[in-house]
Amino acid sequence: MLELVVKRLISAIPTLLLVTLMVFSLQKLLPGDPITAMAGEERNPEVIAQLREQYHLNDPIPSQYFHWVGNALHGDFGMSLRTQEPVLQLIASKLPVTLELSLLAMIVALIIGITMGVVAAVNKGTWIDNSTNFLALSGISIPHFWLGVLLIMLFSVKLHWLPASGYVPFSEDPLQNLKTMLLPAAVLGTGLSATLMRHTRAAMIAVMKADYIRTARAKGLLSGQVIMKHALRNALVPIITLTTLLFGELLGGAVLCEQVFTIPGFGKMIVDAVFNRDYAVVQGVVMVVAVGFLLMNLLADVLYVLVNPRMRRA
Amino acid sequence: MKFAPRLTACIPALLLLTTAGLAHAEGTLRIGLGSDPDMLDPATARTYYGRFIFSAMCERLVDVDQHLQIVPGLVKDWAYSDDGKTLTLHLREGVTFHDGEKFDANAAKYNIERYLTLPGSLRKSELSSIDTVDVTAPLTVVLHLKTADAALLMQMTDRAGTMMAPAATAKGNVSAHPVCSGPYEFVSRVQQDRIVLKRFENYWNKAAYHFDKVVFLPIPDASVRLANLRAGDLDITEGIAASDTATVKADSNLQLASTIGLGYMGLTINIANGTANTNTPLAKEARVRQALSLAIDRDALNQVVFQGQYTPANQAFSPVSPYHADVPIQKRDIEKAKALLAAAGVKTPLNIDFLVANNPTSQQVAQVLQAMVSEAGINLNLQMTEYATLLDRQQSGEFSMSMSGWSGRPDPDGDIFSFLSTKGGLNDGKYSNPQVDQWLQQARLTSDVAQRKTLYKQVVEQANIDNPLIYLYFEPRIFGMNKKVTGFVPYADGLIRLQGLALNP
Repeated sequence: MLELVVKRLISAIPTLLLVTLMVFSLQKLLPGDPITAMAGEERNPEVIAQLREQYHLNDPIPSQYFHWVGNALHGDFGMSLRTQEPVLQLIASKLPVTLELSLLAMIVALIIGITMGVVAAVNKGTWIDNSTNFLALSGISIPHFWLGVLLIMLFSVKLHWLPASGYVPFSEDPLQNLKTMLLPAAVLGTGLSATLMRHTRAAMIAVMKADYIRTARAKGLLSGQVIMKHALRNALVPIITLTTLLFGELLGGAVLCEQVFTIPGFGKMIVDAVFNRDYAVVQGVVMVVAVGFLLMNLLADVLYVLVNPRMRRA
Repeated sequence: MKFAPRLTACIPALLLLTTAGLAHAEGTLRIGLGSDPDMLDPATARTYYGRFIFSAMCERLVDVDQHLQIVPGLVKDWAYSDDGKTLTLHLREGVTFHDGEKFDANAAKYNIERYLTLPGSLRKSELSSIDTVDVTAPLTVVLHLKTADAALLMQMTDRAGTMMAPAATAKGNVSAHPVCSGPYEFVSRVQQDRIVLKRFENYWNKAAYHFDKVVFLPIPDASVRLANLRAGDLDITEGIAASDTATVKADSNLQLASTIGLGYMGLTINIANGTANTNTPLAKEARVRQALSLAIDRDALNQVVFQGQYTPANQAFSPVSPYHADVPIQKRDIEKAKALLAAAGVKTPLNIDFLVANNPTSQQVAQVLQAMVSEAGINLNLQMTEYATLLDRQQSGEFSMSMSGWSGRPDPDGDIFSFLSTKGGLNDGKYSNPQVDQWLQQARLTSDVAQRKTLYKQVVEQANIDNPLIYLYFEPRIFGMNKKVTGFVPYADGLIRLQGLALNP
């Protein structure tokens, strides 16, 4: 086991190096200049030159790259060009927000998706099945931002139940935190719930045909018990796999959702950083995400070995 | 089904969750902003939105009133020497910074010198006419200028005149905790979320400010910002879209205030920047540019895209500015435009590449322009591009015609000198007319309002012949607020003055 982990970690090093090279060179290829973005309406060549000097943008590109990688190895990802905050501190403050949003969205997606999937499978071929399918398709098709604005109009403007946007940290006021997160989580979750519903339905239909379900019914078990205990439990295996995969998709969805609901999360930070050509932030974010993915993959491999004894010798 | 009772038990709990605790502290004012400000250091700040925060938190040497006249701020009164090369400032006594440090002539000197020397300071150009700063008495500062500079005082009504506490500022990292002397002091900031200020108890004019706390909430999407206002989550917001004004008016809980702003939108034409895009009739022939301008119906553009909320423009000076030149906007005249093109020897259709920022409003404006000028035989090829790239291409001369705006300055010099003078830093089209240069230079050196007006009018008239920059419209500053808000006065610079502002219970 230890050997596997060490091997994996060593093989991660070239991958990470490649990521640093890619993110760095892609940024340099972007049209638009960070100093122009930074200086705004000030175009005094003397000031611009000084800013370039200050941020090492006049150095040869390879030297800029090594400067950045060297500092990053020491845990220093530089300062945000836009606000002069350390990048790592920025990321640390934004990451929990997006993780909370993703988690809540996933809970919403699971509740809606699995319930609807089971209901559709049990009533396969009836109008109930058709209408849940219709709902699921709508869920996939409705753009996040549009649904977001509609929900804001209903729950905030008309009914005054929930705040229209914004964010309060959980540590500060748990109730207010949940209230601000409810709408964005619902919007983000609905999109995913549709995918989950389709897969749950398919898995349930397959399982419901199995012999042991017929046996369970023959034993005279209640229909509800058969569905929940025997069928759903077995149908859940592919759903769990899918759920872990969907977590990656959540980050992409969070970008839009955070824009609409003005949640100060990871996604909003990335978008703002790209538009402001805030190189240091973009680089830092991509690196953190890359490391996160590598760690998740490692974790998946380890779990796989733990679950499947046949893999251990490999 | 087993889980059904548990689910139904959840519903009342959810309802409870949603309805409880929406009330907020009475003494708090929540202000919506169109974007998150950048650095909270007046030396390096560049965004328009940051100025809202400075205006609540800091004080400037001088300020402007509603009619863009300079009024006292931290400077009680001032006097120019006869040659205009010495400016004496008499400072207000009894002012302290948020950390208790006294404001005096040394503090003013420290700040001005910091703006002039700090690496990366964006205030250098604004104060470039200052040679030396002398402290002649505890509350008297004398600025010795390299040349007379009519715009200098006006520059000090904004960030370049913002006074920060010297001791706290010298420690560095100003942005993380700015310390100045305004009615509200900095409490906290969460990027992209909020900036919180609280009342400064030792403010010299404390009685004029009625809130214990002021919270700025950046909400980039205009419709979400409006939804927040309608939901009661904001008390006041800037940047109401022209298309939303009807919604605000129709809502009995809301009120609207607006004024014509100082900023304009215009078409910059590449006349001599580089060689790749300047060998065209548009670059070489003033008549072609005149034809283009004549083919545009600015009133119709305003009605179609902005519901008539904007103000058509043919110059850089907004109608709210005392320097607005009395030059009528030419009516759309397709026949004359065609005749001008023919006289210039241009074969129609004339193709022009047109650089446009890829936001919905700019796109809409560009499409309307495209339709209008096509009737005169001019074919605009729209090139939608992201804004940072547009600025880059404009600067490097990779454009024939580009649409970009200017946020406007209270002093006319800031609206025109850099754009139309030969060596101007923002003259991306590299327009050059020695006569215009001379007028602009003269207007910069004299403080005589009548004389400056005459000079600027001459510049506007000449610019309407040469058309290096085809002005389209002035943007209004539209504010939406709750009916409970009283005492709000819209200023042309777009900033929200908190003095006298109150919330009725």
